[in-house]
Amino acid sequence: MSAPNSPSMRTPLARVRNLGASHSGTKDFWRQRLTAVAMTLLIVPVIVIVLMLLGRNQAGAAQILGSMPIAIVLLLFIIASCWHMKIGMQVVIEDYVHSEKVKLASVMANNFFCIAVALASIYAILKLSSGV
Amino acid sequence: MTARIERPLSPHLQTYRWTLTMALSIVHRATGIALYFGTLLLAWWLIAAASGPTAYAHVQAFTGSIIGRLIVFGYTWSLLHHLLSGLRHFVWDLGYGFKQSEREGLTWAALIGGISLTVLVWIVAYTIGGGR
Repeated sequence: MSAPNSPSMRTPLARVRNLGASHSGTKDFWRQRLTAVAMTLLIVPVIVIVLMLLGRNQAGAAQILGSMPIAIVLLLFIIASCWHMKIGMQVVIEDYVHSEKVKLASVMANNFFCIAVALASIYAILKLSSGV
Repeated sequence: MTARIERPLSPHLQTYRWTLTMALSIVHRATGIALYFGTLLLAWWLIAAASGPTAYAHVQAFTGSIIGRLIVFGYTWSLLHHLLSGLRHFVWDLGYGFKQSEREGLTWAALIGGISLTVLVWIVAYTIGGGR
């Protein structure tokens, strides 16, 4: 909020109207729903894939996970879920962490966590697909 | 730098009468947070499958243990509950289901549906694999 003698002529409302207090508009809101729809579509195949792997040893699991349609479904699901959980956890952090410094550190840690989980899983699937 | 304007604050949780939708709103967030950390399990499992028989056997030993089974069961429920509860949010996003009976009905459906689907998936899992 501007001090009374602020040089800017913009009103507080005008300041938040465009991209708002988040500085990124409704992008996260939209992407949260985009990834949610994606996972809703993918959940049945993903559950079937997990059930297919039950009771198998590593060789059997690796063979199934390395097949192309299964690898693609899992890749899509992992990208959607990591993106979704990154946005979700950021909302939780912004709700409960009030200290600006701790909030920045938490949001950063959240990004690191989600990107690391996503990349590690993607790497594992690609490795299984390439068979090395 | 900035002068804070004293805006009215929304009353905190404890002043509200508990309602079903409020409790399930908290459960939605809690299951989301559980899934956030549960994704580590999914990543560990994929990495182990890509690493080799020993690493995969470790995962299977964990998911086969009592604690492991409980965690995976909790993960299954969190996932399916969060999914159905999320679909409920889609209905609301589209502007439907705001009447008392409708929103309570949707919420009960998510709660009961989540539990039923979890049990169903586990019955199928035990019928197929048993090993997990």
